[in-house]
Parts: sequence; structure tokens; C-alpha cells
Amino acid sequence: MNWEAVIGLEVHIQLATQSKIFSTAPTAYGAAPNAQASAVDIALPGVLPVINAGVIRMATRFGLAIDATIAPRSVFARKHYFYPDLPKGYQISQYELPIVAGGHLDITVAGRDKRVGITRAHLEEDAGKSLHEAYERETGIDLNRAGTPLVECVSEPDMTSAAEAAAYARKLHSLVTYLGICDGNMAEGSFRIDANVSVRPAGSVEFGTRTETKNVNSFRFLEKAIDFEIERQIDVLESGGTVVQETRLYDPEADETRSMRSKEEAHDYRYFPDPDLLPVAIDADFIEAERADLPELPDAKRARFVADYGLGDDDAAALTQSRVLADYFEATVAAAGGDAASQGKPAANWIMGDLSGALNREGRGVDASPVSPSQLGGLIARVADGTISGKIGKEVFEALFAGEGESADAIIEARGLRQITDTGAIEGYVDQVIADNPDQVQQYLDGKTKIVGYLVGQVMKASQGKANPKDVNRMLVAKLDAL
Amino acid sequence: MTAENGIRSLVARRAAGEISAAEIAAHYLERIERHDGDLNTLISVCAERARAQAEAVDAGTAADGPLAGLPLIHKDIFCTEGVKTSCGSRMLDNFIAPYDATAVARLAAAGAVTLGKANMDEFAMGSSNETSYYGPVRNPWNRDYVPGGSSGGSAAAVAAGLAPAATGTDTGGSIRQPAALCGVTGIKPTYGRVSRYGMIAFASSLDQGGCFARSAEDCAHVLGAMAGFDARDSTCVERDVPDYAAALDGNIRGLRIGLPKQYFADGLEAGSRAAIDKAIAELEGLGAEPVEIELPHTDLAVSTYYVIAPAEASSNLARYDGVRYGHRCADPVDLDDLYSRSRAEGFGREVQRRIMVGAYVLSAGYYDAYYVKAQQTRRLIADDFTRAFADVDLIAGPVTQAPAFRLGEKLDDPVSMYLNDVYTLPASLAGLPGMSVPAGFVEGLPVGLQLLAPWFEEGRLLNAAHAFQQATDWHTRRPPGYESQETP
Repeated sequence: MNWEAVIGLEVHIQLATQSKIFSTAPTAYGAAPNAQASAVDIALPGVLPVINAGVIRMATRFGLAIDATIAPRSVFARKHYFYPDLPKGYQISQYELPIVAGGHLDITVAGRDKRVGITRAHLEEDAGKSLHEAYERETGIDLNRAGTPLVECVSEPDMTSAAEAAAYARKLHSLVTYLGICDGNMAEGSFRIDANVSVRPAGSVEFGTRTETKNVNSFRFLEKAIDFEIERQIDVLESGGTVVQETRLYDPEADETRSMRSKEEAHDYRYFPDPDLLPVAIDADFIEAERADLPELPDAKRARFVADYGLGDDDAAALTQSRVLADYFEATVAAAGGDAASQGKPAANWIMGDLSGALNREGRGVDASPVSPSQLGGLIARVADGTISGKIGKEVFEALFAGEGESADAIIEARGLRQITDTGAIEGYVDQVIADNPDQVQQYLDGKTKIVGYLVGQVMKASQGKANPKDVNRMLVAKLDAL
Repeated sequence: MTAENGIRSLVARRAAGEISAAEIAAHYLERIERHDGDLNTLISVCAERARAQAEAVDAGTAADGPLAGLPLIHKDIFCTEGVKTSCGSRMLDNFIAPYDATAVARLAAAGAVTLGKANMDEFAMGSSNETSYYGPVRNPWNRDYVPGGSSGGSAAAVAAGLAPAATGTDTGGSIRQPAALCGVTGIKPTYGRVSRYGMIAFASSLDQGGCFARSAEDCAHVLGAMAGFDARDSTCVERDVPDYAAALDGNIRGLRIGLPKQYFADGLEAGSRAAIDKAIAELEGLGAEPVEIELPHTDLAVSTYYVIAPAEASSNLARYDGVRYGHRCADPVDLDDLYSRSRAEGFGREVQRRIMVGAYVLSAGYYDAYYVKAQQTRRLIADDFTRAFADVDLIAGPVTQAPAFRLGEKLDDPVSMYLNDVYTLPASLAGLPGMSVPAGFVEGLPVGLQLLAPWFEEGRLLNAAHAFQQATDWHTRRPPGYESQETP
């Protein structure tokens, strides 16, 4: 039988606020356990939550960016369950009336465009952390994370492959970092993906029983976890079994998902509107002010890069994947000077070639690049104006990356890498090479004109790369033809 | 009638140097020492703290506010920094609050001195003060009788002259009912008037802090210092607090007073009815104009309240899990054992009953039938008042169906206990301000007149009560055995 996968993602997006969603405690990552847990966060008797206005603003911006409806009135609700890292015995979330509903994201997979629906996005507070490993027979509770603001974004079950799910997740990640509402740090849990996966006979309308896979903290793992889960479910069904509705955990080391808890043990969360918090009312003026203040989003930027910089669609897509990278690119082009349309392509090549390679080698992001956009732009300018060749350019780049000079110009001067433009000097090298290579000269004269490449190479070598290869070629051919 | 021994006079005499704050505090601490063994109004006595605060007032190093040197008792539901804040529960018997509730901080900033923490029904759940882990409070008018609840310790302490005033909270009548049963004046302001921050939550949409004192004028002084906007409570209303005390002129001429037919129907005990009728006649004699009104959904109040309040309570009390503070059972074998035994041991029967009811009405499949329906009937009850206040300025009636009952009398009959709140619940559900004013006696037990006003009309309420107290002396009566030396 042919099977078809149905995939929906729930993504927890940690909002990049300074303070928590309902308290004034800081949200910074990595503090000593419980150092950032206030009276409100640890749910002392008598404390009350107060909404952080920044959270409402960020959720609104997110809703606008996915073309969703911003609810004029949304309501916080209490979701009850007992767990030691949930101090109040309930999580403040949104249930019946979320702040954002009915949006979408467009993705492209293998050249095919697809629109993925977003059912809703609601605000909620994070729980603390239970530390089981650090203690023998005991559990440590760290409430620093308790009360950290989250947007939970729930997609429609519109995706049919792991590749689509990963493309959607990447797009969402790119969007929230563009908006500046999330730092996107997956290792620290700022962007957490749960995948709902089911399979059904191809062409069937009914959904199969789904599982929810948690703990997927990279896009690569997301693809692997979904692929594993699709295969597992197909195996279960083809061997006559039934898929159990359950929560599963992805284990990247074993590359498999494992059952965590089944829905039979699921709680009745006893949701009801939180009487400590008033409904959030958002008016049209607020929404329009936020809309006007939105930054350029990835799709628009990509289109502009194609139009303004003469880039191919793939280059534009790659450069706009993150706002940091796109900003780096634009700053580089600006620093290179001259015509944007002609400097765009070389800038793209440098950034996605030498710079990406060097950064990957050192495990750094572009935001931590040792080569600044102005340094790279300066280098591109010197190649473009013929001061150095592309080949020497690579040497200059490596020196910049290693921090061996303040600018391309400084390195070119210090190392004497300026191209030789003095025709007299070049002529000397040419004459010498013609004199030193009679066999190759004879081959040329016998009609094997391709040998001129070898001779040019000899001249370049003699000039230590500083001669302009075009000038050398022209002069050599002229001299050889005159023999 | 109370001016010579009321709060204004006491504060003025201290300011004039006739008496020191330390002497005032010592006087009341001595009365507590002498009488509280019989009454059990206090869970904690803060003698050293009170002396230190009073000395700071005398030395001029404390806030020199409008209540400078005034001793107060706080209901043990208000967090007080460094002092046990038990909420009447074994669950919090070991809880020393690390911060002051906003109401406590405001009163301290006004110069008030904290004498102690008042006994109360456990987590404010009760109408008799018999659910307290610390044992029942006794009514100073007759120690075989209950003082009412849940703020029974506060009411009884003021009645017995153990403090000039006390704070309380009212969720379904927990200020008005004990004030009535103990013969003191109590005010529950509009929901949102006094910050709930640091006031341990029972039912968040209903809980409201207020106070007890000997007179409406004294209540005006204390409420004026407690009330006001607090950014830490999202339900606290940003609205100026009038100078309630300064506005008291005792003139109620032309005030239209609504008498809800439903509050004078079957069930109102004859002696209480006679006292209330007489009080209304007194108000009429002062120029007010009684008008019969309808509050047609009054009969829905008890069932509405006993869905909403337990629902919120079951949620608010989920934090008491034995993990971070409060009671933890000995040697838990696993997490479920930790939760179930800590909570079974830490909470008393009434609290457990309400948690069970609350969890039930919020559970899947019952939520719409109970919780959502109760929100709808709550709206009907509030709308009754909106309509009524279109025509009248105040509403008057009884606080309870009968005076205080005997200790233990209703303990095994929770429904009868709940029905006791029938006249106080509607205003709580509507968030309206209300008072209980001493209005007579039945067989030696006090009767309270309830006055209700539109939202944020505490001033009108206090002035009507003040006018009544200018003309009557019920509020000056003292329980036998507690009358002497009640003011220093």
C-alpha cells in the first residue's frame, strides 16, 4: 500500500523580553539555579501576575508577520496539572481566545511552493526545570525559567514530508529572528519544536492516529525524527498493529523516537479564565502602529535582493535566511562601493564561499565573524578595481580572517601584493619566460596555442602573482605572434 | 458619640503628646494578654514588633501618617514580612511571609502598629470561624456562640476591645457577617478598591480586603489608608481615593434607600426583622426615603457562589503542594505520595470539600453546565443591582437571617452553613461595596444592618452609616466583661 504522512508542528517560541511574562524577574539564560525566580515566579501565597506589555507587542508583530488575525480581545486561562517545576499548580496560557489566529507561511521545497496554514498562536508562561541527573534519588528544581514568555504557534496538519516540516520550521525560525522577538537559540531552548505525525493510505481523507514527538532541538533532528516516525508508523500498520496516540521523545544519539507517555494518562487540565488577569484588549490603532513598525520580512527582502543586486533566486534565498546574514551582505555591498547591481554577485560569492567556509571551520556564526562587512567590502573593491587579482584576494581574505591586518588595503601594502601595472616590469618577466622556455614557445609556434596558459602561469609565478594576468596574456601573445 | 474615643481622637492625643504610641500599644497588648485566652481571636501576637513600631513612631523615625501610633490587628490572610502568615491552615503553619501585603504596607506607611494576626476560617472558607486549624474563635457577647466568619478573629477582637480596628477580607460576606454577629462596624469596599497583592487568594474574582472598627468614622480612617491603586494587582482599579473621613457630614436627607423584597422574605428571624425595621425607620427619621425594590435573582446567589468560589479556590490552592514552602508530609515515597499526603494533612475538611467541588465544576464535561452557567447567573445577579441603583442611592437590609448560632451547631451541615450567606453573597458576586452596622440585639446577641452602595460609592455608604450612628448607640455597646478600660 502507498502511505501518506500528515504532519503538523507546534513550536514554542521564547520571546526575547528582558523580564518575565507576569513578573519583573529577568529572563537571561544561564544564571545560578533559582537566582532569577521572584516571589511571583515561585508562587508564594498572595502574589499576583501582571502582564508584561512587551509580550503583547511581540505577539502582535508575530501575528501580523504571518498574516493572521490579531484578536481584539484575548483571554488568559489557567491550565492545571501538578508537577514540582510548575509552582502555581497551573500554567497561565491562552485557551479559547488566543491572541493570534488564522495565519500562514509559504515554503518552497524541491522547487515547489506550498502554503502552510497556522491555526493559532497563543501566549503562555514557561515552567521551570526539573534536574534529575545532578542528584542521587532526588530532583532539583530550578525556577529561573518559570514565567519566561512563550508564543506557542500551532500549524495546520498541512505538511506531508519531513522536508516540508523542516522548511516550515526554518521559515518560522527565520521570521521570528527577523522580527527580533526571539533569539532563535535552539540549543538554549528558545525555539522548541513538537511534531505531530500520522500516516494514512495515500488519497484517504480520514486522519490516522497521531503521535507527538517532543525534544527536537535542531532542524536536522526534526527531519530525522519525522522520517523515523513515519517509517515506524507504517511498519506498525503494515504488520497489522495500530498506532497508539502518545507523546514520544526523540533521541538523537540512537536516531529514534521513544514512547514517553500515552494519552490514556492525559490530564483533564480544567481550563478556566484566569480571574487575576483582565482580558487583553487590542485596538486597531495599536495594530496599525505595529504593522507600520515591522521590519522588512524574509520574502520581501529576498525579492528585493534579486531585483536590486542582480542575484539569482537561490543566492537571495540563502542570504535572506537570517536577518544577520542579510544585513551583513548589504553592509558588505555598501562598503565595496560602486554599483550595487555589479557588486552584489561578488559579495554573495565571497560571503557564501570563503566567509561561510571559514566560519563553519571555526564553528562561528556570521554575527561573530572576525571579518567585518567593511573589511570584506574593502577587499571586494580592490579586486574590482584591479589592485589585486582574485587569487591574491583569497590570500588577503585569509589574512583578514586571521586578524593580521586592519583592512584589505593595509594587508596589500604590508605584503606588497599590489598588482604590477608597470608594463616595463611585466615585459621583463615575459621576455625572460620566452627565453627560458624554448620548447613551449616552439609548440605555440607549431599551432598549439593553448600552451600560452602555461607560459602565463610562468610569468605570474615569476612576478609572485602580482602581475595582472590579462595584461600578461595580451603581452605574451603579441610577442609570440611577432616571433 | 464616638469622637472622644475614636481613632481620630486617639491619633490626635498621641500627636499632642498626651499619650505615647508605646503606651497605646502596651494597653492593647495587655488586653490581648488578659482576654484572648478565652476568645482565641489571634493566631500570632506580635508584641515585640508592635513595641518596636510604636517606639519608632514616638521617636519620629517611623512614618508620621494619618494613623500614626494606631494599633491594628491584621487578618492572618494578609502577608506580613517576618511574621507567620497561616491563613488559618496547618498548610501554612510554618510559613513566615517574606513580604508585606500592599494593604499591610499602606497601613504601616500611614503609621499603624501591628499588634497581631487574627484567627480566621481556614483559607477564609467558612461562616463561623470553626474551620480554623487554630481552633474556633468565640463570640465576646456569648462565648458559646460563633463570631461569624471567615474574618471572625478580626471582628471578635474589635468587639472585645483588643484593638481599635482590624483588617479583614470578604469573599461572600466574610467581613459583613462577622461584623454583624459581633456587633461591630465592618466595610467591604468595591472589588478593585483595595489591592489583593499579598492577600492570600481564596476566590480571586470575589476576594476584597476591608476593615472592622467601632464606628463608620473609624472605618473611614482605616479604609482611606488601605485603599488605592496598586500596579501589582491587575484587578485593582486606578481611581482616586476620596478622603472618606473628611467627607462624613451625617446628612442623608433625601437619600433613596432600596429595601429588597427578597431580603425580607421567609427565613428572616423575627427578632432580627424587628431590629432591621427599626433601623430603617431610624434612617427614615433622618430624612432618608425607603423604597421597596426587587432583586429578582437573589435566590440564585448561593448556588452561583458555591460554584464560582470553589472553582477558583481549587485552582488558587493548587500551589500548596509541599514542594517549596508550607506543610510537607513525612518521608514521601514518591511524588504522588508527597502531593496527596501533604495536602490531605495540610488542609482541613471544609477546604478539601471545596477543592473537590471546585475541581468537579471545572472538569471536562461539567464546565459548561456548572462554571459557565454560574458566570451567566452571576451576571443576572449583578444586573439586578444595576437596575436597582438606577432608582435608589443605597440598599438596606439584614446581613444574616438570624444572630450568631452556637458553636458546633452547623458544623456537620455545610448546606445550612452556606445558606447563612444568602444576604451577603449577591453584593459579593456583583463586586459592590457593603457594610454591616450594629442595629440592635436579640437575646443579647447583636444584629447587623447591611448597607450596599453602587460601585466605588464607599463614601455614600460610610456617610449613611455615620448618620445612623450619630442617632443611635448600638455601636457603643460593649460585651459584658470586656467593657472596662477599652481605650487608654
